[in-house]
Amino acid sequence: MKSKGFMTDFFERNGLALGLYLVLAVGFWLVILIILPQLSMLDFSFRHHLPPPEMGGPKDVYTLEHYKFLVLGAQGSDASYNVVDLGVFARTLFAALFVTLLDLALCYPLAYYLGQSNGGGFVRVLVLLLIIPYWVNEILRAFAFRIIFGDSGVINEMLMSMGVIDAPLDFIRENIALYSGLGYAYILLMIFPIYNVIESLDRNQIEAARDMGSPWWRIHWRIVIPYAKPGISSGCTMVFMLSAGALAAPQILGGPSSLWFTQIIYQWFNQGGNWPRGAAYAIVLLSVCIIIVLSMMRLFKVKMGDLGK
Amino acid sequence: MKDGVSIELQDVWIRFGDFVAVREANVHIDGGSFFSFLGPSGCGKTTILRSVSGFLDPSEGKILIGGKDMAGIGPNKRPTALIFQNLALFPLMKVWENITFSLEVQGVGKAARRKRADELLDMIALTGQGDKLPSELSGGQKQRVAIARALCAEPDVLLLDEPLSALDLKLRQHMRTELRQIQKRVGITFIYITHDQGEALTMSDSIAVMRHGIIDQISDGEAIYDDPATPFVASFVGENNVFRGKVKSIDNGMAVVATNRTGDLRCRIGTAALGNLQTGDDAMVFIRPEALSIAADATDAGNHIKALVINEEFEGLAYHVFLEGDAGKEIKMSITNQGKARETSMNKELVLEFNPEQAIVLPFGELASE
Ligand SMILES: Nc1ncnc2c1ncn2[C@@H]1O[C@H](COP(=O)(O)OP(=O)(O)OP(=O)(O)O)[C@@H](O)[C@H]1O
Ligand SMILES: [Mg+2]
Repeated sequence: MKSKGFMTDFFERNGLALGLYLVLAVGFWLVILIILPQLSMLDFSFRHHLPPPEMGGPKDVYTLEHYKFLVLGAQGSDASYNVVDLGVFARTLFAALFVTLLDLALCYPLAYYLGQSNGGGFVRVLVLLLIIPYWVNEILRAFAFRIIFGDSGVINEMLMSMGVIDAPLDFIRENIALYSGLGYAYILLMIFPIYNVIESLDRNQIEAARDMGSPWWRIHWRIVIPYAKPGISSGCTMVFMLSAGALAAPQILGGPSSLWFTQIIYQWFNQGGNWPRGAAYAIVLLSVCIIIVLSMMRLFKVKMGDLGK
Repeated sequence: MKDGVSIELQDVWIRFGDFVAVREANVHIDGGSFFSFLGPSGCGKTTILRSVSGFLDPSEGKILIGGKDMAGIGPNKRPTALIFQNLALFPLMKVWENITFSLEVQGVGKAARRKRADELLDMIALTGQGDKLPSELSGGQKQRVAIARALCAEPDVLLLDEPLSALDLKLRQHMRTELRQIQKRVGITFIYITHDQGEALTMSDSIAVMRHGIIDQISDGEAIYDDPATPFVASFVGENNVFRGKVKSIDNGMAVVATNRTGDLRCRIGTAALGNLQTGDDAMVFIRPEALSIAADATDAGNHIKALVINEEFEGLAYHVFLEGDAGKEIKMSITNQGKARETSMNKELVLEFNPEQAIVLPFGELASE
């Protein structure tokens, strides 16, 4: 292995034709679909917002204008920071973190149950029940949530008929509909990585701990959770990244006064037509998310390779 | 050292749906003894152990530990510690944390736990290896860590589910002796499960032999070997030559059995069959290979088996002679190697004899399948 080098070995194992195909396909995917577009966005984010005729002209030079704008706001405004955008940014991250923790709390017990039961017929039905709703497209799902959380939606009707409340609760304004919608949207991405790991956990370890007098919470704390850590971090990373970057759900389910950071980005790109600024905002979102994920991984001693599990 | 705690199974039945895994088990295990359940795969050994440790409730009957009924008491509240077939060490905890997990559960501080772990590591001859992970140990070392982990909880009863089955032969023999020594030293009751009769015979004070959910016999190793209670026990424990026939006459604990092929054989009636074997009953005669010998005088009547030698094997300690027997079955005779010239040769017809006291008659019954 060492002496021959990775590439020789790779081609010997897969044959020339298949090897070449794999290299080209992965290369295409990596370069054309991921690296180039992101690089061009990065490039955009450092340019001035110019009308098309002036592009490539003498005014088209690199600038930090858009990043400054996100932090400091428009020049000449009274506030010394861009309170609105930064506020939305922070709230988005906190909300995404909240959605992630919510999903973790909901999914861990379910994944544990699925993983430790013997995979009988009932479990397969349960997994199917989890998957089938995802055939419904995102927009339809979001609007369905809007309807059931609405003033005269099922939930308000039910609570009122039970006499729990007198007047309908405004789930939309309180962002409850949004958190539920986002949480629901990514539940599978949380369940499956955890389920996968827990499924391979030897049941005897749990029984051994029980035999030694351990209460259930300590079994989870000392045995199941450490074992499931790669799955948990993989699930959390995906849910966090996707929630922070979600657009449809906040657009449809978000309260009137609470903007999601992606909506601001969308506005710059679309309504504002200011692509460089949109790109800068998006890059900041991406970078900060990556930094958060990496520092969490360091905090919980998760290795990069574990995320692939 | 603790006083051993006794265990009692009273009319225990365990069912999985319609399937009966354990049938009317009545077992008394003396405190401080080394007790084995011996039986082929799937006979219900693990099921019994799980019911003693509390992971499974018997469908009927009672389990008493130290005279106390265990009904409704969970595994974490019983004075038992179970060593699993695959050991089930915690892979992400260091060896010393594994060993003292039961103390951690009890809220014992880290320094005290570490100290106890070091004591136990000394005991299992793994001094200084507490900071390793289980994956960094050899099979035998893991084995000992599992034992230490179970002993750390200071249980009254240690339950072992075929803990040596994953080890190679040498290590297995070594661990047998070691286990037995540990048991003598700590003085607690050991319940040991195995399908290896050699293991059961060498280690146990008492053995229960099981066959699909039924306990056929409970006694010490010698009685199991020399005085089996059923044809199953006779054929499962050690090797035995079987001769089928009908009881011709009975007198004074001895019976004459008319066999189909080898004529009349006079033998001792098995203790368990005394009184319920009648003249005319179908019966089986069991003679151990080492109980057979070449007849000194082939002319006198009775207790002679005539057969043709079809194969021979030399094993050092003894040589084994295979002769053509009943219904296509071979008769095996083992002769201790005393350095003398052999009297056997291929295709020679021999006349064998045996001491009637060493041949056992039992009522016709199921044999252990090979
Ligand atoms: N949870 C269960 N549900 C249904 N049947 C079971 C269950 N557990 C065990 N059995 C059945 O009970 C019988 C006895 O099983 P057990 O595990 O006690 O066997 P064993 O004697 O320990 O065998 P081995 O030596 O192979 O470990 C088997 O036929 C098994 O199929
Ligand atoms: Mg078993």
